[in-house]
Amino acid sequence: MADDVMIRLENLRKVFPGSPRPAVDDLSMEIGRGECVTLIGPSGCGKTTTLKMINRIIEPTSGQITIDGRNAMSIPPHELRRSIGYVIQQIGLFPHRTIAQNIGTVPALLGWDDTRIYDRVEELVETVGLDPEMLGRYPSELSGGQQQRVGVARALAADPPVLLMDEPFGAVDPIVRKHLQAEFHQLQDDLGKTVVFVTHDVDEAIFLGNRMAILEMGGVLAQYDAPEKILAEPASPFVERFLGGERGLKRLALLPVKDAGLARGPFVDVTAGPDEARRVMEANSVDWLGLLDGDRLLGWVDGSRVGSSPLRELEPRPFLVTLDSEDSLRTALDAVVTGHARVAVVVDNGMYRGMLDLEAIAGEVTE
Amino acid sequence: MTLVGQSTPLIDWDWVGRNLDQIVDRTWQHLGLTAISVLLGLVISVGLAVVALRWRWTYPPITWVTGLLYTIPSLALFALLVPIVGLNATNAVIALTSYTLLIIIRNLVAGIDGVPASVMEAADGMGYTRQGRFWRMEVPLALPAIIAGLRIATVTTVGLVTVTAVLGLGGYGFFILRGLNTFFWTQILVGVVLSVVLATLLDVGFIWLERLLSPWARRGR
Repeated sequence: MADDVMIRLENLRKVFPGSPRPAVDDLSMEIGRGECVTLIGPSGCGKTTTLKMINRIIEPTSGQITIDGRNAMSIPPHELRRSIGYVIQQIGLFPHRTIAQNIGTVPALLGWDDTRIYDRVEELVETVGLDPEMLGRYPSELSGGQQQRVGVARALAADPPVLLMDEPFGAVDPIVRKHLQAEFHQLQDDLGKTVVFVTHDVDEAIFLGNRMAILEMGGVLAQYDAPEKILAEPASPFVERFLGGERGLKRLALLPVKDAGLARGPFVDVTAGPDEARRVMEANSVDWLGLLDGDRLLGWVDGSRVGSSPLRELEPRPFLVTLDSEDSLRTALDAVVTGHARVAVVVDNGMYRGMLDLEAIAGEVTE
Repeated sequence: MTLVGQSTPLIDWDWVGRNLDQIVDRTWQHLGLTAISVLLGLVISVGLAVVALRWRWTYPPITWVTGLLYTIPSLALFALLVPIVGLNATNAVIALTSYTLLIIIRNLVAGIDGVPASVMEAADGMGYTRQGRFWRMEVPLALPAIIAGLRIATVTTVGLVTVTAVLGLGGYGFFILRGLNTFFWTQILVGVVLSVVLATLLDVGFIWLERLLSPWARRGR
């Protein structure tokens, strides 16, 4: 079990000179190997201080930090930091160095030879989705989103097992931020780094964290658990208030459609006769009928046309809202509400999986 | 076009031709006095800037003293130094150097202070040592400001060197002073024009040096 812990904080405490109250007081937590933990809390709760104590940008007043079994306090700070990736909100690219040189910073500090650095830089450019043409440019020639990608590439350069990220996507516009979050989520799935991620954005914390640590003023750990657990069962009124409204909606964002109880709905095979068709519609109390060819979804027809000719000869209309079974319930809800459709049909590669109506989604919210 | 009398041309090219050797000598003198003063100013300023950056409280007194030096009229400073060091090149270099200090120190400190906090934090986070960060981040990033300071100091010094003619030196100032004493316009003009040309050339040289050393500063945005 101990081997699965990558970062262990024990009784961590930080009192800034001249401040009457500690910024972080007696914080203990464990972060598992390959886990992405998001640190979140109100301003001044000590989340950034906690993060910066891990690579000793801020020296703890007291307490113990163990990284991969090694006592962080016994390693010279500059050596410790070369083995920990670090991304900050202001990015902090080195303006006088090209993008390639920026990305190769830590490998160069570690004394890699030029060819090895070059190969690694090329690899990383692809990993973070940058155009290799940018390698020779200077940071000021890149957009904010591109700069932040370079920041992530630079942090990953020496393949550190641990990544510390301090509101890395806080300074880019919301659309780019969504992109970067999704990309980082994918990257994290691929690379399996141990990540500590500070944010003030609850949705970001929920989306990216395997676990989420909610801090109260003074670095007090209010709750530390998987986001869906925290959303379902907030440990205290503070956590509940902090998560804010739409707690149910936020939880929906974490639940894939396939985990919700999908209904079969008023669907029949095109080979079915009119009696069966009418019975299915009646059982579902609807006046429309979904048509399948085996498992393949064909579309739907109006109830009044059933019986006028064989089902196979009716021309089915496409459903307004179709979802993939990996889509979240929040996406399903959004699609149903904004699409003015009564139901969302779940289809994987043309194969019918089931359907959801507004009521079924609402049931998941209150659950 | 004439200024004094009908018979005296503005430029007596014969004089210029006859005195080419002397013009070349004075060019070297002008350049030499400028270079020594600015280099000496840079060395002293680096020392003072290091002190000011390490012990911040020393910065106001340092700028106050160098600022005071800067306000002393140059003629008066040369005269003040005569009883101490005599009427010679040392006198000139001390005075000229003292005028460069304020400009160079202020640009050194402003340049280092101007390095963004995010760059410093990122450098720390990447694992630079304090020394490594100073030489690889702070100094190169301060370079445009430092060179700008040297540029202003140099151009100012080229102008001030002419005043050292009162000490028997002066570079091109020698011609200006002698021309004024003899109402000989050619000498005055040669001194003034060459001094301006020299200042301009050095100015352009510094712009070129800055582009060479800080290519990043002029790209983007």
